[in-house]
Amino acid sequence: MISFQGVSKSFDDGRHLAVRDVSFNVAERAFVALVGDSGSGKTTLLKMINRLIEPDHGTVSVGGESVQSMVGYELRRRIGYVFQGIGLFPHLSVAENIGITPVLLGWEQAAIAARTAELIDLVELPRSYLTRMPSELSGGQQQRVGVARALAARPSIMLMDEPFGALDPVTRDTLGSEYRRLHDSMGLTTVMVTHDVMEAVLLGDRIIVVRHGAIVADGQPHELFTANADAGVRALMDMPRRQAERVRMLMQERVARG
Amino acid sequence: MDERFAAAARLLPDYLGQHVLLSAASLALGFLVSLPLVIVASRNARIRWPVLGFASVVQTVPSLALLALFYPLLLAVSAGWKHLFGHGFSALGFLPSLLALTLYSMLPILRNGVTGLINVDRAVIEAARGVGMTNRQRLLRIELPLAAPVIMAGVRTAAVWVIGGATLSTPVGQTSLGNYIFSGLQVEDWVSVLFGCLAAVALAISVDQLLGLVEAGVARRRPRLAWLGLSALFVGVAAAGVSELAAAGPPAYVIGAKNFAEQYILAALMTDRIRKEDSAATTRADLGSVIAFRALASNGIDAYVDYSGTIWSTVMKRHDSLPRKQMLQEMTTQLRKDHGVVLLGALGFENAYALAMRRDTAQSLGIRTIADLAQHAPELRIGGDFEFFARPEWAALRARYGLHFHEQRQFQPTFLYKAVASKEVDVVSAASSDGRIRAYDLVVLEDPQQVIPPYDAIVLISPARASDAVLRRALEPLLGAIPLDLMRQANYMVDRDTERVTPHQAAVWLEDAIHLN
Repeated sequence: MISFQGVSKSFDDGRHLAVRDVSFNVAERAFVALVGDSGSGKTTLLKMINRLIEPDHGTVSVGGESVQSMVGYELRRRIGYVFQGIGLFPHLSVAENIGITPVLLGWEQAAIAARTAELIDLVELPRSYLTRMPSELSGGQQQRVGVARALAARPSIMLMDEPFGALDPVTRDTLGSEYRRLHDSMGLTTVMVTHDVMEAVLLGDRIIVVRHGAIVADGQPHELFTANADAGVRALMDMPRRQAERVRMLMQERVARG
Repeated sequence: MDERFAAAARLLPDYLGQHVLLSAASLALGFLVSLPLVIVASRNARIRWPVLGFASVVQTVPSLALLALFYPLLLAVSAGWKHLFGHGFSALGFLPSLLALTLYSMLPILRNGVTGLINVDRAVIEAARGVGMTNRQRLLRIELPLAAPVIMAGVRTAAVWVIGGATLSTPVGQTSLGNYIFSGLQVEDWVSVLFGCLAAVALAISVDQLLGLVEAGVARRRPRLAWLGLSALFVGVAAAGVSELAAAGPPAYVIGAKNFAEQYILAALMTDRIRKEDSAATTRADLGSVIAFRALASNGIDAYVDYSGTIWSTVMKRHDSLPRKQMLQEMTTQLRKDHGVVLLGALGFENAYALAMRRDTAQSLGIRTIADLAQHAPELRIGGDFEFFARPEWAALRARYGLHFHEQRQFQPTFLYKAVASKEVDVVSAASSDGRIRAYDLVVLEDPQQVIPPYDAIVLISPARASDAVLRRALEPLLGAIPLDLMRQANYMVDRDTERVTPHQAAVWLEDAIHLN
């Protein structure tokens, strides 16, 4: 579905190499988590898929076709994009925000209205919110609208850049698992950037670990937990396990005392 | 009610109407020119600084100077245009005012516009790209609506500046609320000055409030509020336009006047005479000295009174002196030949530049003539109007009599006489027909070497009206009919400190006194 072939990208006139000769494929309906520290190049990789960033070398393809051969904004209308900043348009109502890509694509008014209502249900917000302005919503509600907006034009690919990073832990967990259900029920292909390994482990089918612009590990979560030579990756994957173990022990103590 | 107040109120529809039209046109043009610049400058930092820098520099030019500079510029452009297309356009009045005020309005719009656009939340910009907007869609659907309140705040500032600045368009021949202020200042009619100030302030406040309504409507996403403000503004401009159109009627005779009492009175007198011939006539007052002749030569005005010495030196660039009769003859031929301007004739009195002193100072120093003055000049201070020290007469006086003063100061004509009366200066440049010479008990010093050429008041007619029968019928009876003492009295009626009358009232009195009523 998505393919990187020897892709490199540098910033500041070549002084900072953000992505170094990266190649990988993402299968249809996969949920891939790109994990790494800030500055590792994971966001750059994500944004090259919908051409918010152009590669210096190599080819990025979507659906077997090089993205370079497509018109940038037309490509982006076919791909859902959700990011940490959310970026709801503050002067447009919730309904207008959700319906923006269909409007750009020239859908009929009635079709847009129907789709907007369908989506607000899907992200589990009351329909009365459609007429509200973004500023009247909480952070979690805003990102639900953000997800609905990304899904509006029925994309088959969703790109998510730390989508729930700014939310409180409970909301974050709820939204994460709800999105995972949408991913499955709608048959989406999702690439999600996160620095939170726990989130990657809980949501992703496959985790790609990026460091200094290169892929250092790539596999299913359980594979990365067990067989890995790279000390850094082990340390990274160790954290959720240690956390999980600590929680389990705490629970057992509670049970033993009780 | 005070006659001066009533007179000011009668002029309000015309002055206010023209002021509104000029301000609205400048603001609209400024907005239309600025908006594309704002968009380009907000996207490209290399263009941003030159654009904002230029606008800031324009802002530091004093507004009156900016207006004054457009006149010679347009004159040159008009000449080139005439050369290319056969007919020129008027470099006076509306056009230079419009251009200067447009430039003036641009800085706040540019600065706010650029600030508004570059400060749109980066996350929103990224989202706009992410949902698949083209650059144009992003600008129109996201960036401009979000920056609109900031841009509107800039438009509001610009509107207030333009309405204030438009009062300065009077000296370049554009009627505005400034006419009250400039004429009032010349004849010390403070009612008129105050009236003009208050009218301009009231207009600025109303427009600011209405634009504030638009700004609030845009900022709070309440389109009806914005439309309400816009419609009210539109109705105001339309009303001004309609009232100007209605007042326009058949093309009227336009009588010019420079910026002092005698000119206002004579213009009012000439206008009255034309109206008695059942023709429409208006005056265009407060023209700069040289601007008046240029306006006449380019048919911007139809007639006005100038002084032979002024024309001789500033228009014909002659520095020799001829006997009065010969000089007038030569001037008549030359003006007709070079400019197509008709010198109809002299009114009968002279308004020459003269040097005047307080009688007591002159007597105690034993000064009667300019030659006597030269002996004492190094200890004395001289005051002149804005024009005097730049004139060839002054250069000639200095050269011929060897005049060197201790100090030299410039005054607005109104304050010149007060300055000598209160001994702030010892000698002033005076106009020989000025009523205040007698009122302040000044003596005019003799010019034994006849350095100062004759300054007969003469009626000049524009090329377009050269053989206009109405104008001739109306103005010919004035020739040779106004003696110096009557003119001085009329001037004094307008210039004196108490029981002052309007120039129009003085004109009626003068017309009576010379038995034309």
